[in-house]
Amino acid sequence: MADPLPDPFMLNQWFPISALQDVHDRPRRTTLLGEPLVYFRDGSGCRVTGADGRALPVLEQYACLWTTLGRPEGGLFPIPEYDEPDRRNIAAGSIGVNVSAMRGIENFLDMGHFPYVHTGILGELPHTEVKEYNVELREGGREIVATECLFYQPRASTVSTSGADVEYVYRVPHPTCSVLYKSSPMDTRRLDVIALFGQPTGPESFRGHMVLSILDDVNADDFISYFQLHIFGQDKPILENQMPKRLPLDPRAETPIRADKTSIMYRRWLASNGVTYGVIPAAA
Amino acid sequence: MIRLYDFDLSGNCYKARLLLAILGVEYERRNVDFFPGLKHREPEFLAVNPLGQLPVLEDGDLRLAQSQAILVYVARKYDPSGRWYPLDSPEIAGQVQQWLGFAEGLTATASAARLADGMGFDFDAEAARDGAHKLFAVMDEHLWFQERQGQDWLAPGAAPTVADIACFPYVMLSEEGGISRETYPAIRRWTDRVKRIPGFVVMPGIFPAVLGSQ
Repeated sequence: MADPLPDPFMLNQWFPISALQDVHDRPRRTTLLGEPLVYFRDGSGCRVTGADGRALPVLEQYACLWTTLGRPEGGLFPIPEYDEPDRRNIAAGSIGVNVSAMRGIENFLDMGHFPYVHTGILGELPHTEVKEYNVELREGGREIVATECLFYQPRASTVSTSGADVEYVYRVPHPTCSVLYKSSPMDTRRLDVIALFGQPTGPESFRGHMVLSILDDVNADDFISYFQLHIFGQDKPILENQMPKRLPLDPRAETPIRADKTSIMYRRWLASNGVTYGVIPAAA
Repeated sequence: MIRLYDFDLSGNCYKARLLLAILGVEYERRNVDFFPGLKHREPEFLAVNPLGQLPVLEDGDLRLAQSQAILVYVARKYDPSGRWYPLDSPEIAGQVQQWLGFAEGLTATASAARLADGMGFDFDAEAARDGAHKLFAVMDEHLWFQERQGQDWLAPGAAPTVADIACFPYVMLSEEGGISRETYPAIRRWTDRVKRIPGFVVMPGIFPAVLGSQ
C-alpha cells in the first residue's frame, strides 16, 4: 500500500524531528510524514533539507528542532513555563514507536493504564479509579485542555519520596503533541511540565521526543532522563500491540468509558480538523 | 558490594539484573546513559570497558564485561546449588554453552532491530529482522521437541539454567524491533515459564506473568 499524502491540517504543522542536543555537524537522516529528511548544524544554526534537496523552514524551540513540509500559520503553541529561569529543561530521549503518533498521544492522555503498566510508579493496585475530571476546548477551539485530573501515584516524579494524590492538567495544542502539567513535589504552588512531541514518521510509526521543564534541584539530567525512558519503555509494548495501528475516529469503532473523556474529545477534534493521516476517518 | 554498570533499557544489562535478583544477590546499579547520552562511548566509561559495551560487573578485584560471562560468574559464585550453571554432565554443560552462544546471535539480530527502530541506531533493521526470525524458528522447534520430552527449558534438566536467562530478554523484547512472536508458540510458552521463575523481575517492555503484580 502506498503511503497516504498528509491532509492539509497535518501538512501545515510544525513537527519535531530531533532533540537539539542530537543535532551535529555530521548530517543525520530521519523521516517526516513519509518524506526522508536530512538535518545538521552549521555556523548559522540548524538546517533541514527535504527529499529533493530543498531547504525547509526551521524552528529551534523547546529543546527540539522543528520543521514543516507545508505553510504553518505562525509559530509553535506557547509553553510559558519553559522560560522560567529556575526550571530544568531537559530533552529526555527520542524513541521510535511502531504505531500511529495519534495512538501515542492518546496513551499519553490516559490515566486508566497507570496502575497496570506503570505499577509502583505512576499507579498501584488497587488504586485504579480515574476520578471525574473536566475537558474542554480552549483558544478558540485550537486546543484541548483537561483539568482536575487526580490520580494516586506511588512515585510521581524523580523527587518524590512517598505516594500522593497528584493533580494533572493535559493540553493538546497540536495533533501530535501534548503537554502535561503535574503537581511539583518541590513546590505545591507550581507545576512540572512534561511534553510528548510526536514526529509522525509514517501513518503507523512515530518518534516520541520527550521534553521536561521541571523543578528538580536534586537529580542529574541522566537520572531524570532515565526515569522518563523507564516509563516510556513500559508504554511501548502496549502501544505497539494496539490494533489497528491508526487511530479510528468513528465513535463506534472502539468503546470508550467515562475515563476516556479526553480521548473522545481528541478524536472528535482530529475529525473536525479534517485529519486523515495516521487515523482511520469515520465513514461519511 | 557488587557494582553493575547498567542501562535500564538494555536487554543485556537486564540479564545480569535478572539472575542477581533470582539468586537474591544485592548489588549497586551504576546508571550509564547509553541513550540518549551515548555515555558508553565517552572516556569515563571506556576506562571501565575499552570496548564501550554494557553491562560491566565489578565484584571485589574482579571486573567483568560481556553479559554471558557475567551470568556464568554470578551463577558459579552465588548459586550454591550449582543448578543455574550445571557442570556435572558434559552433555548438559555443552548445551548450556551452546545456548549462551546463541544468545550472542540474538544480540546481533533481535537487539539490533530494536535499537534501529526504537533508538535510531544506524543498523540494517530488515537484515536484523530476517536473522532473528531464522534464530527464532530454530529455537521454537527446539523448545517444541523439549516439551515433547517433558522438558521445560533450553538445556536438559529439571531446572532453568543461565541459558534461559541469556536468551530471554531479546526474545521478549523482539516486538520493539518489529519481530512478531505470533508464529512461535513454543517460544511463547517458554517465555511464560521464565516469567514464573521465583524471584523474576521485569524491565520496561517486559511485563510480569500477572499484570500489576510488580
